[in-house]
Amino acid sequence: MVDFPILSLMLALPLIGALFIVTIRGDEESVARNAKYTAFYCAVFTLALALYMLARFDGGTADFQFVEHYAWFPSLDIAYHLGVDGISLFFVVLSALLTPVCILASWNGIKKRVKEYMIAFLILETMMIGTFIALDAVLFYVFFEGVLIPMFIIIGVWGGPRRVYAAFKFFLYTLLGSVLLLLALLTLYFQVGTTDIPTLIANPVAGTLQMWLWVAFFAAFAVKMPMWPVHTWLPDAHVEAPTAGSVILAGVLLKMGGYGFLRFSLPMFPEASAYFADFVFWLSVIAIIYTSLVALVQDDMKKLIAYSSVAHMGFVTLGIFTATVAGIQGGIFQMISHGIISGALFLIVGVLYDRLHTREIARYGGLVKNMPKFAVMFMILMLGSVGLPGTSGFVGEFLSLLGAFQVNMLVALLATTGVVLGAAYMLRLYRLTVFGEQKHQDAAAMPDLDKRELVLFVPLVALVIIIGIFPNLILDRVGPSVDRLIMQYEAGLESGLETGQKSDGVFVPRGPQEGVE
Amino acid sequence: MEIFAVFSPLFAFLVAFLCGRQIGEKGVNFITCAGVFVAAFASIILFYDVALNDAVRTVTLASWIDIGAFSAQWSLRMDTLSVVMLCVINIVSACVHVYSIGYMSHDPHRIRFMAYLSLFTFAMLMLVTADNLLQLFFGWEGVGLASYLLIGFWNHKESANAAAVKAFVVNRIGDFGLVLGIFATFVVFGTIQFDDIFAQTRQMADYHFDFLGMELHALTVIALLLFTGAVGKSAQLGLHTWLPDAMEGPTPVSALIHAATMVTAGVFLMVRFSPVLEFAPVALMVVCVFGALTALVAATIGMTQFDIKRVIAYSTMSQLGYMFFAIGVSAYSAAMFHLMTHAFFKALLFLGAGSVIHAMSDEQDMRKMGGIWRHIPATYMFMWVGSLALAGMPFFAGYYSKDIILESAWAAESGVGVFAFWCGIAAALMTAFYSWRLIIMTFHGKPRADEKVMAHIHESPRVMLSPLVVLATGALMAGSIFYGGFVGSPYKEGHIYDLSNTTEYVNIWDKEHFWQESIFVLPENDTVEAAHHVPKWVKKMPVVAGLVGIVLAYWIYMFRAGLSERIAARTMPLYRLFFNKWYFDELYDRVFVKNAWRLGQFFAIRGDRRVIDGYGPDGVARLSQRIAARLSKAQTGYLFHYAFIMIIGLVALVTWVFFKIAAGL
Repeated sequence: MVDFPILSLMLALPLIGALFIVTIRGDEESVARNAKYTAFYCAVFTLALALYMLARFDGGTADFQFVEHYAWFPSLDIAYHLGVDGISLFFVVLSALLTPVCILASWNGIKKRVKEYMIAFLILETMMIGTFIALDAVLFYVFFEGVLIPMFIIIGVWGGPRRVYAAFKFFLYTLLGSVLLLLALLTLYFQVGTTDIPTLIANPVAGTLQMWLWVAFFAAFAVKMPMWPVHTWLPDAHVEAPTAGSVILAGVLLKMGGYGFLRFSLPMFPEASAYFADFVFWLSVIAIIYTSLVALVQDDMKKLIAYSSVAHMGFVTLGIFTATVAGIQGGIFQMISHGIISGALFLIVGVLYDRLHTREIARYGGLVKNMPKFAVMFMILMLGSVGLPGTSGFVGEFLSLLGAFQVNMLVALLATTGVVLGAAYMLRLYRLTVFGEQKHQDAAAMPDLDKRELVLFVPLVALVIIIGIFPNLILDRVGPSVDRLIMQYEAGLESGLETGQKSDGVFVPRGPQEGVE
Repeated sequence: MEIFAVFSPLFAFLVAFLCGRQIGEKGVNFITCAGVFVAAFASIILFYDVALNDAVRTVTLASWIDIGAFSAQWSLRMDTLSVVMLCVINIVSACVHVYSIGYMSHDPHRIRFMAYLSLFTFAMLMLVTADNLLQLFFGWEGVGLASYLLIGFWNHKESANAAAVKAFVVNRIGDFGLVLGIFATFVVFGTIQFDDIFAQTRQMADYHFDFLGMELHALTVIALLLFTGAVGKSAQLGLHTWLPDAMEGPTPVSALIHAATMVTAGVFLMVRFSPVLEFAPVALMVVCVFGALTALVAATIGMTQFDIKRVIAYSTMSQLGYMFFAIGVSAYSAAMFHLMTHAFFKALLFLGAGSVIHAMSDEQDMRKMGGIWRHIPATYMFMWVGSLALAGMPFFAGYYSKDIILESAWAAESGVGVFAFWCGIAAALMTAFYSWRLIIMTFHGKPRADEKVMAHIHESPRVMLSPLVVLATGALMAGSIFYGGFVGSPYKEGHIYDLSNTTEYVNIWDKEHFWQESIFVLPENDTVEAAHHVPKWVKKMPVVAGLVGIVLAYWIYMFRAGLSERIAARTMPLYRLFFNKWYFDELYDRVFVKNAWRLGQFFAIRGDRRVIDGYGPDGVARLSQRIAARLSKAQTGYLFHYAFIMIIGLVALVTWVFFKIAAGL
């Protein structure tokens, strides 16, 4: 515990930085330079705060920590209520980690409107962190939707040629979910009389209403994940977004859906979650197989990685809705790991794009000759994405599939084919870009990673390996909160009038499987 | 000691990989060789400790994944099975490391090569010392990675890259089964710890579970899923297509990874799971049939190939088939015995072939060799030793191990056992045949290489020949020395034994005492014991088959020029089937690769573009535009239009109110 409002400080710091950047005056070049430095230092300080929070986090309890509670609209019982538990902890750290990475990644790539770009990223950081630490549903909604605006601008202003189409597609898709989310939140408020998340979790609504609310929340979160078939905004958004935009999009924004499932759907609507579990499983399985096959035939690198993200998120939804320890821990771990790996993979694409200004796979080849350091970084990230044991990608994938296997074998069987397809498309990408003959003069002349780029990659790549070998660093801290979540979920199921429909292919395992040790 | 035996190659890899440039080529050669020599030395000590002095133990290093219900540790399990593997891996790896210094001396990336070799060795060691399925899987995928990196080592060659990707992906298909096997094990036993699993197998022997309305025998399912993994890694029929292509890698890699060690991981896995397999008779039968067919099919292909490395690759596949059908008849110790002897003579053959290729200026086609035995006599001799061992000629290593496998198959007295026995005998004949075909085509007859190559022929340097001496020693002696320990009977042969009073005759150097708890065989399945009592003709059969094969090879290739072509022409359909590897590659390409590609295209264009986007966001956008256009047309600006619509509306309203009132009345 700390004796200062660390969470508010983390929210405020990027905003203060943004305000400061607004006031910068002078000729264009110095404004750009000062804006970059200000943004970078702000983000680094926020990261330092996040790491401090991580260090002081008590892994032994499931309670919310660093809690701040101030009345906001006291008459409506809406409060400024912040707190962190094991489920949100690493998402906060991930957001704080990727923001400075993004700013550094845009150092030379962004040439126009640098000042506004940096402001957008700092605001985005506040919104992202806010989403994960808000303990009041209204506050959560504000942040959750607030993320959309800077992201919309980042894609729409600094994006590629079809950026307007992509930005609107992104905005409309997510707005559709948001409208339903808002309606559901209002209903919930009128039912329970508060928007305080812990109170809402403690007082689940009953019966059919729960089903409707679940559907509304699901719509919002499924679009964010994104789940099949509402995923088509993602490839377009990624392709058009600037590198850093893609990094944040894949690294953090996709995790907000999964976080929503864990914070709202599962504990607040346990019966509905159990009822719809099979539905989610099959959507996840389709996502894994379908998007993996689509990834296999892409010739645009960013599209390939975007589709692979949808497949990887399929493992997350699969794991979460098993409501087993392994599944949920696996889902959370997979999200953290994917945040690092896919974020870094988009940086990899960014490195190539900065040099040759194309994302077409066929324009590269034989890069290992002129870019050996790049090849090593790419290799480790590729292996992480493939889920090789010893990298972080393995742990999440394995645990969520294990959870799935405990609940529904057929689904697990089909989902596991994703590990074969994943290997196929990632190895194809690597082979065509890094190995083979050097067919193009310009690609063969590209310089290897410079110092700035190494500073970007080395920590991310190291993290992939470290948390792959010592995943308990994360799992231990997440554990108590997941155990409590499952307790709440099961208590909700028992108190419900109708028990959740269980899937076919279930058999009751002998060993200690579900529940809390 | 355990730490040294496993982690010194990792240390060597890290040093070589991270500061290879700084310490230079000599430094890298030294550190990687030193690493694996330390490991080899440590494993010999461990062998003495564990296998001979019964100091079985497990060293737990750290927790890997722990979420309460599910946990896995990093640990080193030391029992006879793992120390045997440790010795084989480290000794062969040491030989290959030293050999590579010479073989790769002209390659610009030799630093990277040595580093990868050490990485591979480490992953393999982690695999065999695992005490739970997850660490085993770590090693399993780790060796797959190293294999991928080393097959594609010459990454400017398209064929090498394709082979590397193929190896990885095909192995992943096997791993798919293995992962499911791990899940199933956990769900059935509640643990993935070997000791805890094996302690429960007896009481779980009748456990069934329900899958899609089918009652499935749990242990059989687990055994078959794990076997799927083994099929991939050990190139058994169905998932074998990557192994011949893997010959694109440098020859030392073929010797170490694709002959002596990695491909035997599947055999190791099956032997490790003997306590489960013993209670899954159906799975054993499947393993047996797969093994027997692999031995046979691979041998038929081996007879027709012209690439010297591919011939040996198919022979590897065939020998792995022997090991699997040995497992299938519960002769686990015989399988391990053959694994061990095979590692020596197959590594010897590959490194010998490498020496030939080195001498012939990187030529691999046997049709362009011939008449070179006088030029490279040492290599020629080593190839003879390797081939004699492979063909199972008396007193060479392969003689002991292949015989015990075939005898066990016969002694199993089951349908599949007899089937495997005859497949094995046929394969033994073909093995001898293609081995001597290889020797004759490569070393004898008239030189078929051009003069430039012939002028260049030279014996390999000492750094390449000295490892061959070690391996040749193994190929000569390993069989006779270790026969007693691996498969020997605890009862002196020739005595009618009495179970109540065996102390007198018990032999310390016997399989029971050697393997202890690491291999489990139900008493009624003890085929290795029964193998000591099979009829005389069964014992002689393998050698006879081998001799026939050798004589045939001499007759066809040495004394009757042109006969081979005539035979090939006479049996064209069969020859073509063998030569084209039974068309597995073509079949898979048609059925899986092409269709996956097509499906991907279909989903990308039809699914995402047309259907989801077409009816989703784009469709909604178009629709709203269209509605807006329609609606805007309604605003014509003519007063009488508006007036007309107003009147109609009014009439409708009045009518409705009227009917309402009427209904109310």
